[in-house]
Amino acid sequence: MRVHVDQEKCQGHNRCYALAPELFDVDDYGTAHELNGGQVPPELEGKARLAVSNCPEYAITIDEDS
Amino acid sequence: MSHPPVTDWETDFDHTDVAYAADPFPIWDELRAKCPIAHSDRYGGVWLPTTHEDVAAIAYDTDHFTSQSVIVTEGRPMAPAPIGIAPPISSDPPFHHDARRLLLPAFSPKAIAALEPFTRAYCHELLDAVEGQTELDAAEDYAQHIPVRVIAKMLGFPAGDADQFREFVTNTIESVDLPVEKRIENFGRLEAYLRDQVEDHIAHPRDDLTSFLLDARLDGALLDEGHVGGTIALLLLAGIDTTWSAIGASIWHLARTPTDRERLANEPELMPFAIEELLRAYAPVTMARLVKDDFEFNGCPMKKDEWVLLPFPSANRDPAFFADAGRVELDRTENRHAAFGLGIHRCVGSNLARMELQVALEVFLERIPVFELASGDPAAVRWSGGQVRGPRTLPLRVG
Ligand code: HEM
Ligand code: SF4
Repeated sequence: MRVHVDQEKCQGHNRCYALAPELFDVDDYGTAHELNGGQVPPELEGKARLAVSNCPEYAITIDEDS
Repeated sequence: MSHPPVTDWETDFDHTDVAYAADPFPIWDELRAKCPIAHSDRYGGVWLPTTHEDVAAIAYDTDHFTSQSVIVTEGRPMAPAPIGIAPPISSDPPFHHDARRLLLPAFSPKAIAALEPFTRAYCHELLDAVEGQTELDAAEDYAQHIPVRVIAKMLGFPAGDADQFREFVTNTIESVDLPVEKRIENFGRLEAYLRDQVEDHIAHPRDDLTSFLLDARLDGALLDEGHVGGTIALLLLAGIDTTWSAIGASIWHLARTPTDRERLANEPELMPFAIEELLRAYAPVTMARLVKDDFEFNGCPMKKDEWVLLPFPSANRDPAFFADAGRVELDRTENRHAAFGLGIHRCVGSNLARMELQVALEVFLERIPVFELASGDPAAVRWSGGQVRGPRTLPLRVG
Protein backbone atom coordinates (compact mmCIF):
# COMPACT_ATOMS: atom_id res chain seq x y z
CA MET A 1 0.00 0.00 0.00
CA ARG A 2 1.06 3.57 -0.76
CA VAL A 3 -0.28 6.94 0.42
CA HIS A 4 0.04 10.27 -1.32
CA VAL A 5 -0.79 13.87 -0.28
CA ASP A 6 -1.95 16.21 -3.03
CA GLN A 7 -0.29 19.41 -1.85
CA GLU A 8 -2.60 21.54 -3.99
CA LYS A 9 -5.56 20.28 -1.98
CA CYS A 10 -3.86 20.12 1.43
CA GLN A 11 -4.76 23.14 3.58
CA GLY A 12 -2.78 22.10 6.60
CA HIS A 13 -5.49 20.76 8.90
CA ASN A 14 -2.70 18.45 10.13
CA ARG A 15 -5.06 15.58 10.89
CA CYS A 16 -2.85 13.08 9.03
CA TYR A 17 0.23 14.09 10.97
CA ALA A 18 -1.65 13.83 14.28
CA LEU A 19 -3.09 10.39 13.49
CA ALA A 20 -0.19 8.77 11.63
CA PRO A 21 3.12 10.56 12.25
CA GLU A 22 4.90 7.41 11.02
CA LEU A 23 3.46 8.04 7.54
CA PHE A 24 3.14 11.82 7.25
CA ASP A 25 5.08 14.92 8.18
CA VAL A 26 4.19 18.61 7.91
CA ASP A 27 6.43 21.53 7.01
CA ASP A 28 6.56 24.89 8.81
CA TYR A 29 3.57 26.06 6.78
CA GLY A 30 1.42 23.11 7.80
CA THR A 31 1.51 21.47 4.38
CA ALA A 32 1.71 17.69 4.65
CA HIS A 33 3.77 15.19 2.71
CA GLU A 34 4.09 11.42 2.87
CA LEU A 35 7.22 9.83 4.38
CA ASN A 36 9.29 6.99 2.89
CA GLY A 37 7.99 7.59 -0.62
CA GLY A 38 4.48 6.88 0.64
CA GLN A 39 5.23 3.20 1.30
CA VAL A 40 2.94 1.85 4.05
CA PRO A 41 4.18 -1.17 6.03
CA PRO A 42 1.38 -3.73 6.59
CA GLU A 43 1.06 -2.94 10.30
CA LEU A 44 0.32 0.73 9.50
CA GLU A 45 -2.38 0.16 6.90
CA GLY A 46 -5.12 0.88 9.45
CA LYS A 47 -3.50 4.20 10.33
CA ALA A 48 -3.20 5.12 6.66
CA ARG A 49 -6.94 4.56 6.19
CA LEU A 50 -7.64 6.56 9.36
CA ALA A 51 -5.70 9.53 7.95
CA VAL A 52 -7.67 9.38 4.71
CA SER A 53 -10.99 9.27 6.57
CA ASN A 54 -10.14 12.35 8.59
CA CYS A 55 -8.72 14.71 5.99
CA PRO A 56 -11.39 17.40 5.50
CA GLU A 57 -9.96 18.41 2.13
CA TYR A 58 -9.80 14.91 0.58
CA ALA A 59 -6.12 15.56 -0.08
CA ILE A 60 -4.86 12.05 0.72
CA THR A 61 -5.18 9.09 -1.61
CA ILE A 62 -4.35 5.43 -1.10
CA ASP A 63 -3.07 3.06 -3.74
CA GLU A 64 -3.86 -0.41 -2.40
CA ASP A 65 -1.76 -2.37 -4.91
CA SER A 66 1.68 -0.80 -4.90
CA MET B 1 -30.77 47.83 18.49
CA SER B 2 -32.74 44.68 19.00
CA HIS B 3 -34.29 42.86 16.09
CA PRO B 4 -37.88 41.68 15.74
CA PRO B 5 -38.19 38.00 16.68
CA VAL B 6 -38.03 35.47 13.86
CA THR B 7 -41.30 33.81 12.91
CA ASP B 8 -40.23 32.19 9.63
CA TRP B 9 -36.73 30.68 9.40
CA GLU B 10 -36.94 30.04 5.65
CA THR B 11 -37.61 33.63 4.58
CA ASP B 12 -36.83 35.89 7.53
CA PHE B 13 -34.12 34.22 9.62
CA ASP B 14 -31.82 36.12 11.95
CA HIS B 15 -28.70 34.37 13.24
CA THR B 16 -28.68 36.68 16.29
CA ASP B 17 -32.18 35.60 17.40
CA VAL B 18 -32.30 34.23 20.97
CA ALA B 19 -33.87 30.97 19.77
CA TYR B 20 -30.96 30.43 17.37
CA ALA B 21 -28.41 31.02 20.15
CA ALA B 22 -30.22 28.72 22.58
CA ASP B 23 -30.64 25.76 20.19
CA PRO B 24 -29.85 26.16 16.48
CA PHE B 25 -29.74 22.42 15.70
CA PRO B 26 -33.47 21.83 15.02
CA ILE B 27 -33.53 25.01 12.92
CA TRP B 28 -30.68 23.76 10.73
CA ASP B 29 -32.15 20.24 10.53
CA GLU B 30 -35.47 21.57 9.34
CA LEU B 31 -33.94 23.95 6.80
CA ARG B 32 -31.64 21.24 5.43
CA ALA B 33 -34.68 19.04 4.82
CA LYS B 34 -37.07 21.71 3.49
CA CYS B 35 -35.19 24.78 2.28
CA PRO B 36 -31.43 24.10 2.26
CA ILE B 37 -30.47 27.68 1.32
CA ALA B 38 -32.63 30.13 3.29
CA HIS B 39 -32.78 33.87 2.62
CA SER B 40 -33.60 36.87 4.77
CA ASP B 41 -33.92 40.56 3.92
CA ARG B 42 -32.35 41.46 7.23
CA TYR B 43 -28.82 42.95 7.21
CA GLY B 44 -29.36 44.19 3.66
CA GLY B 45 -29.85 40.64 2.38
CA VAL B 46 -28.31 37.44 3.76
CA TRP B 47 -28.32 33.77 2.63
CA LEU B 48 -27.98 30.73 4.88
CA PRO B 49 -26.82 27.51 3.18
CA THR B 50 -27.14 24.56 5.57
CA THR B 51 -25.76 21.44 3.81
CA HIS B 52 -22.13 20.36 3.91
CA GLU B 53 -22.05 20.35 0.12
CA ASP B 54 -23.19 23.97 -0.25
CA VAL B 55 -21.13 25.33 2.65
CA ALA B 56 -18.02 23.64 1.20
CA ALA B 57 -18.73 24.84 -2.35
CA ILE B 58 -19.01 28.47 -1.19
CA ALA B 59 -15.93 28.25 1.03
CA TYR B 60 -13.96 27.00 -2.00
CA ASP B 61 -15.39 29.56 -4.44
CA THR B 62 -13.25 32.65 -3.96
CA ASP B 63 -14.17 33.85 -7.48
CA HIS B 64 -17.79 34.65 -6.65
CA PHE B 65 -17.55 35.29 -2.91
CA THR B 66 -15.25 37.72 -1.11
CA SER B 67 -13.94 37.53 2.47
CA GLN B 68 -13.75 41.32 2.66
CA SER B 69 -15.89 41.00 5.76
CA VAL B 70 -16.63 37.73 7.56
CA ILE B 71 -18.97 39.13 10.22
CA VAL B 72 -22.51 39.98 9.13
CA THR B 73 -23.51 43.54 10.09
CA GLU B 74 -26.08 46.08 8.95
CA GLY B 75 -23.43 48.09 7.12
CA ARG B 76 -20.86 46.97 4.57
CA PRO B 77 -17.07 46.89 5.13
CA MET B 78 -15.10 50.03 4.48
CA ALA B 79 -11.64 48.50 3.99
CA PRO B 80 -11.34 47.50 0.32
CA ALA B 81 -10.68 43.99 -1.04
CA PRO B 82 -8.38 42.15 -1.53
CA ILE B 83 -6.62 43.11 1.75
CA GLY B 84 -9.54 44.05 4.00
CA ILE B 85 -9.41 45.18 7.60
CA ALA B 86 -7.69 42.18 9.24
CA PRO B 87 -5.47 40.14 6.91
CA PRO B 88 -5.56 37.27 6.16
CA ILE B 89 -9.14 36.54 7.25
CA SER B 90 -10.50 39.55 5.36
CA SER B 91 -8.26 39.04 2.31
CA ASP B 92 -8.88 37.45 -1.07
CA PRO B 93 -6.44 35.83 -3.50
CA PRO B 94 -3.83 36.59 -4.58
CA PHE B 95 -2.96 38.88 -1.62
CA HIS B 96 -4.33 36.38 0.91
CA HIS B 97 -1.70 33.72 0.23
CA ASP B 98 1.36 35.67 1.37
CA ALA B 99 -0.39 37.41 4.29
CA ARG B 100 -1.41 33.99 5.59
CA ARG B 101 1.94 32.33 4.89
CA LEU B 102 3.60 34.87 7.15
CA LEU B 103 1.64 33.59 10.15
CA LEU B 104 1.75 29.85 9.55
CA PRO B 105 5.15 28.95 11.09
CA ALA B 106 4.21 30.43 14.47
CA PHE B 107 1.13 28.15 14.53
CA SER B 108 2.64 24.94 13.11
CA PRO B 109 2.06 21.76 15.12
CA LYS B 110 5.66 21.74 16.31
CA ALA B 111 5.66 25.39 17.40
CA ILE B 112 2.39 24.89 19.26
CA ALA B 113 3.56 21.72 21.03
CA ALA B 114 6.16 23.89 22.77
CA LEU B 115 3.36 25.87 24.46
CA GLU B 116 1.69 22.81 25.94
CA PRO B 117 3.48 22.71 29.33
CA PHE B 118 2.69 26.38 29.90
CA THR B 119 -0.97 25.83 29.02
CA ARG B 120 -1.22 22.78 31.28
CA ALA B 121 0.31 24.60 34.24
CA TYR B 122 -2.08 27.50 33.71
CA CYS B 123 -5.13 25.18 33.61
CA HIS B 124 -4.04 23.71 36.94
CA GLU B 125 -3.62 27.20 38.36
CA LEU B 126 -7.20 28.06 37.39
CA LEU B 127 -8.52 24.95 39.14
CA ASP B 128 -6.33 25.56 42.21
CA ALA B 129 -8.30 28.79 42.63
CA VAL B 130 -11.62 26.91 42.91
CA GLU B 131 -10.25 23.91 44.83
CA GLY B 132 -12.72 22.63 47.42
CA GLN B 133 -15.75 24.50 46.01
CA THR B 134 -18.85 22.41 45.46
CA GLU B 135 -19.99 24.63 42.61
CA LEU B 136 -18.08 26.43 39.89
CA ASP B 137 -18.81 28.11 36.60
CA ALA B 138 -16.79 26.22 34.00
CA ALA B 139 -17.20 29.04 31.46
CA GLU B 140 -16.38 31.99 33.70
CA ASP B 141 -13.91 30.38 36.10
CA TYR B 142 -12.11 28.16 33.60
CA ALA B 143 -12.75 28.06 29.83
CA GLN B 144 -12.68 31.78 29.13
CA HIS B 145 -9.27 32.35 30.69
CA ILE B 146 -7.26 29.72 28.83
CA PRO B 147 -7.07 31.12 25.26
CA VAL B 148 -6.65 34.66 26.59
CA ARG B 149 -3.59 33.76 28.65
CA VAL B 150 -1.94 31.76 25.86
CA ILE B 151 -2.42 34.34 23.08
CA ALA B 152 -1.27 37.15 25.40
CA LYS B 153 1.92 35.17 25.93
CA MET B 154 2.38 34.56 22.20
CA LEU B 155 1.84 38.24 21.33
CA GLY B 156 3.93 39.44 24.27
CA PHE B 157 1.13 41.45 25.92
CA PRO B 158 0.87 41.88 29.71
CA ALA B 159 -0.91 38.92 31.33
CA GLY B 160 -2.72 41.40 33.56
CA ASP B 161 -4.60 42.87 30.59
CA ALA B 162 -6.68 39.71 30.13
CA ASP B 163 -9.91 41.30 31.34
CA GLN B 164 -9.53 44.04 28.74
CA PHE B 165 -9.10 41.49 25.93
CA ARG B 166 -12.31 39.76 26.89
CA GLU B 167 -14.08 43.11 26.87
CA PHE B 168 -12.74 43.74 23.34
CA VAL B 169 -14.15 40.40 22.23
CA THR B 170 -17.57 41.13 23.70
CA ASN B 171 -17.61 44.64 22.28
CA THR B 172 -16.47 43.86 18.76
CA ILE B 173 -17.43 40.33 17.73
CA GLU B 174 -20.36 39.49 19.96
CA SER B 175 -22.19 42.81 19.71
CA VAL B 176 -23.07 43.16 16.04
CA ASP B 177 -26.42 44.55 17.18
CA LEU B 178 -24.95 47.75 18.57
CA PRO B 179 -25.45 51.00 16.65
CA VAL B 180 -22.65 51.82 14.23
CA GLU B 181 -21.37 54.78 16.30
CA LYS B 182 -21.02 52.58 19.37
CA ARG B 183 -19.19 49.90 17.37
CA ILE B 184 -16.79 52.49 15.98
CA GLU B 185 -16.12 53.75 19.50
CA ASN B 186 -15.43 50.19 20.69
CA PHE B 187 -13.06 49.53 17.80
CA GLY B 188 -11.34 52.81 18.67
CA ARG B 189 -10.59 51.56 22.19
CA LEU B 190 -9.13 48.33 20.82
CA GLU B 191 -7.02 50.29 18.32
CA ALA B 192 -5.67 52.59 21.02
CA TYR B 193 -4.71 49.61 23.17
CA LEU B 194 -2.94 47.90 20.27
CA ARG B 195 -1.14 51.10 19.30
CA ASP B 196 0.35 51.29 22.81
CA GLN B 197 1.48 47.67 22.64
CA VAL B 198 2.98 48.12 19.18
CA GLU B 199 4.85 51.26 20.27
CA ASP B 200 6.20 49.42 23.28
CA HIS B 201 7.41 46.62 20.98
CA ILE B 202 9.03 49.10 18.60
CA ALA B 203 10.90 50.64 21.53
CA HIS B 204 11.72 47.25 23.10
CA PRO B 205 11.75 44.50 20.45
CA ARG B 206 11.52 40.99 21.87
CA ASP B 207 11.01 37.41 20.84
CA ASP B 208 7.25 37.30 20.31
CA LEU B 209 4.66 37.46 17.55
CA THR B 210 4.20 41.22 17.74
CA SER B 211 7.90 41.91 17.20
CA PHE B 212 7.92 39.27 14.49
CA LEU B 213 5.12 41.03 12.58
CA LEU B 214 6.76 44.42 12.99
CA ASP B 215 9.86 42.98 11.38
CA ALA B 216 8.12 40.84 8.74
CA ARG B 217 8.32 41.62 5.04
CA LEU B 218 6.04 41.05 2.08
CA ASP B 219 7.77 41.44 -1.29
CA GLY B 220 10.77 42.92 0.49
CA ALA B 221 8.86 45.71 2.23
CA LEU B 222 7.83 45.96 5.88
CA LEU B 223 4.10 45.54 6.44
CA ASP B 224 2.22 48.80 6.68
CA GLU B 225 0.88 49.87 10.06
CA GLY B 226 -2.71 48.98 9.18
CA HIS B 227 -1.74 45.44 8.21
CA VAL B 228 0.24 44.85 11.42
CA GLY B 229 -2.53 46.30 13.60
CA GLY B 230 -5.28 44.40 11.79
CA THR B 231 -3.44 41.10 12.01
CA ILE B 232 -2.67 41.52 15.70
CA ALA B 233 -6.32 42.41 16.35
CA LEU B 234 -7.33 39.29 14.43
CA LEU B 235 -4.99 37.02 16.39
CA LEU B 236 -6.14 38.55 19.66
CA LEU B 237 -9.84 38.28 18.87
CA ALA B 238 -10.12 35.23 16.59
CA GLY B 239 -8.64 32.84 19.10
CA ILE B 240 -10.42 33.91 22.25
CA ASP B 241 -14.19 33.47 22.16
CA THR B 242 -13.84 30.65 19.63
CA THR B 243 -11.63 28.43 21.80
CA TRP B 244 -13.43 29.46 24.97
CA SER B 245 -16.64 28.31 23.27
CA ALA B 246 -15.18 24.98 22.20
CA ILE B 247 -13.84 24.21 25.70
CA GLY B 248 -17.10 25.31 27.32
CA ALA B 249 -19.37 23.36 24.96
CA SER B 250 -17.26 20.23 25.45
CA ILE B 251 -17.49 20.46 29.25
CA TRP B 252 -21.25 21.14 28.89
CA HIS B 253 -21.62 17.93 26.86
CA LEU B 254 -19.70 15.90 29.44
CA ALA B 255 -21.66 17.45 32.32
CA ARG B 256 -24.95 16.21 30.86
CA THR B 257 -23.67 12.89 29.46
CA PRO B 258 -22.20 10.94 32.40
CA THR B 259 -21.40 7.87 30.28
CA ASP B 260 -19.17 9.97 27.98
CA ARG B 261 -17.61 11.73 30.96
CA GLU B 262 -16.68 8.46 32.64
CA ARG B 263 -15.47 6.94 29.41
CA LEU B 264 -13.19 9.85 28.63
CA ALA B 265 -11.78 9.91 32.17
CA ASN B 266 -11.03 6.17 31.99
CA GLU B 267 -9.83 5.85 28.39
CA PRO B 268 -7.32 8.64 27.75
CA GLU B 269 -6.40 7.10 24.38
CA LEU B 270 -9.87 8.14 23.21
CA MET B 271 -9.02 11.82 23.69
CA PRO B 272 -7.75 12.67 20.16
CA PHE B 273 -10.95 11.28 18.62
CA ALA B 274 -13.18 12.78 21.29
CA ILE B 275 -11.73 16.25 20.68
CA GLU B 276 -12.57 16.03 16.99
CA GLU B 277 -16.06 14.71 17.66
CA LEU B 278 -16.78 17.49 20.16
CA LEU B 279 -15.47 20.02 17.62
CA ARG B 280 -17.73 18.49 14.98
CA ALA B 281 -20.84 18.37 17.13
CA TYR B 282 -20.43 21.78 18.80
CA ALA B 283 -18.41 23.69 16.20
CA PRO B 284 -18.51 27.24 17.52
CA VAL B 285 -17.78 29.29 14.40
CA THR B 286 -19.96 30.46 11.52
CA MET B 287 -18.16 32.65 8.99
CA ALA B 288 -19.57 34.84 6.22
CA ARG B 289 -18.81 36.05 2.72
CA LEU B 290 -20.12 38.85 0.54
CA VAL B 291 -21.42 38.13 -2.96
CA LYS B 292 -19.01 39.82 -5.41
CA ASP B 293 -21.42 40.30 -8.32
CA ASP B 294 -24.95 39.10 -9.08
CA PHE B 295 -24.63 35.35 -9.35
CA GLU B 296 -26.92 32.34 -9.33
CA PHE B 297 -25.81 29.69 -6.86
CA ASN B 298 -27.74 26.39 -6.91
CA GLY B 299 -30.83 28.17 -8.20
CA CYS B 300 -30.58 31.04 -5.71
CA PRO B 301 -30.37 34.52 -7.25
CA MET B 302 -27.63 36.05 -5.11
CA LYS B 303 -27.18 39.79 -5.46
CA LYS B 304 -23.94 41.78 -5.29
CA ASP B 305 -23.17 42.82 -1.68
CA GLU B 306 -25.56 40.36 -0.08
CA TRP B 307 -24.12 38.31 2.77
CA VAL B 308 -23.75 34.53 2.73
CA LEU B 309 -23.33 32.86 6.11
CA LEU B 310 -21.10 29.78 6.26
CA PRO B 311 -22.50 27.78 9.19
CA PHE B 312 -19.74 25.18 9.56
CA PRO B 313 -21.64 23.81 12.60
CA SER B 314 -24.63 23.02 10.36
CA ALA B 315 -22.39 21.41 7.73
CA ASN B 316 -21.04 19.26 10.57
CA ARG B 317 -24.54 17.97 11.38
CA ASP B 318 -25.52 17.14 7.79
CA PRO B 319 -26.82 13.54 7.67
CA ALA B 320 -25.91 13.35 3.97
CA PHE B 321 -22.24 13.78 4.93
CA PHE B 322 -21.93 12.15 8.38
CA ALA B 323 -23.39 8.86 9.58
CA ASP B 324 -25.59 9.48 12.64
CA ALA B 325 -24.84 13.18 12.29
CA GLY B 326 -27.03 14.13 15.25
CA ARG B 327 -25.34 11.70 17.68
CA VAL B 328 -22.17 12.49 19.59
CA GLU B 329 -19.88 9.44 19.31
CA LEU B 330 -16.60 10.08 21.07
CA ASP B 331 -14.91 7.21 19.20
CA ARG B 332 -16.01 8.32 15.71
CA THR B 333 -13.10 7.34 13.44
CA GLU B 334 -14.28 8.83 10.15
CA ASN B 335 -14.58 12.54 10.80
CA ARG B 336 -13.92 15.10 8.07
CA HIS B 337 -15.56 17.88 10.07
CA ALA B 338 -15.31 21.51 9.03
CA ALA B 339 -15.12 23.25 12.42
CA PHE B 340 -11.98 25.09 11.30
CA GLY B 341 -13.34 25.94 7.88
CA LEU B 342 -12.45 24.52 4.47
CA GLY B 343 -10.16 25.73 1.72
CA ILE B 344 -7.66 28.56 1.74
CA HIS B 345 -8.90 30.24 4.94
CA ARG B 346 -8.54 27.10 7.09
CA CYS B 347 -8.09 28.37 10.63
CA VAL B 348 -4.48 29.40 11.15
CA GLY B 349 -4.93 28.74 14.85
CA SER B 350 -6.34 25.21 14.54
CA ASN B 351 -3.30 23.49 16.03
CA LEU B 352 -3.29 25.95 18.93
CA ALA B 353 -7.04 25.58 19.49
CA ARG B 354 -6.80 21.78 19.46
CA MET B 355 -3.92 21.79 21.92
CA GLU B 356 -5.80 24.14 24.27
CA LEU B 357 -9.00 22.09 24.04
CA GLN B 358 -7.21 18.81 24.70
CA VAL B 359 -5.15 20.12 27.62
CA ALA B 360 -8.16 21.93 29.11
CA LEU B 361 -10.25 18.73 29.08
CA GLU B 362 -7.42 16.52 30.33
CA VAL B 363 -6.69 18.76 33.29
CA PHE B 364 -10.38 19.26 34.09
CA LEU B 365 -11.11 15.51 34.08
CA GLU B 366 -7.98 14.79 36.10
CA ARG B 367 -8.82 17.32 38.79
CA ILE B 368 -12.63 17.10 38.71
CA PRO B 369 -13.60 13.67 37.42
CA VAL B 370 -17.22 13.92 38.64
CA PHE B 371 -19.41 16.89 37.74
CA GLU B 372 -22.90 17.70 36.47
CA LEU B 373 -24.96 20.73 35.53
CA ALA B 374 -25.81 22.63 38.72
CA SER B 375 -29.35 23.34 37.60
CA GLY B 376 -31.98 21.42 35.68
CA ASP B 377 -33.10 24.72 34.14
CA PRO B 378 -31.63 25.04 30.62
CA ALA B 379 -31.66 28.84 31.04
CA ALA B 380 -28.92 28.55 33.68
CA VAL B 381 -26.52 27.96 30.78
CA ARG B 382 -26.40 31.09 28.63
CA TRP B 383 -25.18 30.63 25.04
CA SER B 384 -23.61 33.46 23.07
CA GLY B 385 -25.44 34.24 19.88
CA GLY B 386 -24.43 35.34 16.42
CA GLN B 387 -21.48 33.79 14.66
CA VAL B 388 -19.57 32.34 17.62
CA ARG B 389 -21.65 30.04 19.78
CA GLY B 390 -20.62 28.72 23.15
CA PRO B 391 -21.71 28.73 26.79
CA ARG B 392 -21.00 32.03 28.53
CA THR B 393 -22.28 30.75 31.88
CA LEU B 394 -21.92 27.09 32.80
CA PRO B 395 -22.69 26.46 36.49
CA LEU B 396 -21.58 22.97 37.56
CA ARG B 397 -21.95 20.95 40.74
CA VAL B 398 -18.75 19.02 41.40
CA GLY B 399 -17.97 15.81 43.28
C1 HEM C 1 -11.92 26.16 18.51
C2 HEM C 1 -11.39 27.31 18.19
C3 HEM C 1 -11.44 27.92 16.81
C4 HEM C 1 -12.35 27.73 15.81
C5 HEM C 1 -13.57 26.83 15.81
C6 HEM C 1 -11.92 28.55 14.69
C7 HEM C 1 -12.57 28.61 13.48
C8 HEM C 1 -12.11 29.27 12.37
C9 HEM C 1 -12.73 29.21 11.07
C10 HEM C 1 -14.00 28.45 10.74
C11 HEM C 1 -11.98 29.97 10.22
C12 HEM C 1 -12.22 30.14 8.72
C13 HEM C 1 -12.55 31.53 8.33
C14 HEM C 1 -13.15 31.65 6.96
O1 HEM C 1 -13.35 30.66 6.24
O2 HEM C 1 -13.47 32.79 6.61
C15 HEM C 1 -10.89 30.51 11.00
C16 HEM C 1 -9.91 31.34 10.50
C17 HEM C 1 -8.88 31.88 11.26
N1 HEM C 1 -8.62 31.62 12.59
FE1 HEM C 1 -9.65 30.37 13.78
N2 HEM C 1 -10.78 29.23 15.05
C18 HEM C 1 -10.44 28.86 16.33
C19 HEM C 1 -9.34 29.30 17.06
C20 HEM C 1 -8.37 30.14 16.56
C21 HEM C 1 -7.19 30.53 17.28
C22 HEM C 1 -6.78 30.04 18.65
C23 HEM C 1 -6.51 31.42 16.47
C24 HEM C 1 -5.21 32.12 16.69
C25 HEM C 1 -4.85 32.75 17.72
C26 HEM C 1 -7.27 31.56 15.25
C27 HEM C 1 -6.90 32.34 14.19
C28 HEM C 1 -7.50 32.33 12.95
C29 HEM C 1 -7.01 33.10 11.82
C30 HEM C 1 -5.79 34.00 11.78
C31 HEM C 1 -7.88 32.81 10.74
C32 HEM C 1 -7.82 33.37 9.32
C33 HEM C 1 -7.17 32.42 8.37
C34 HEM C 1 -7.21 32.87 6.94
O3 HEM C 1 -8.08 33.67 6.59
O4 HEM C 1 -6.35 32.44 6.15
N3 HEM C 1 -8.40 30.77 15.35
N4 HEM C 1 -10.98 30.07 12.30
S1 SF4 D 1 -5.18 16.04 6.90
FE1 SF4 D 1 -5.35 16.63 4.77
S2 SF4 D 1 -5.38 18.84 4.74
FE2 SF4 D 1 -4.68 18.16 6.69
S3 SF4 D 1 -2.46 18.22 6.60
FE3 SF4 D 1 -3.09 16.16 6.15
S4 SF4 D 1 -3.33 16.19 3.98
FE4 SF4 D 1 -3.24 18.29 4.55
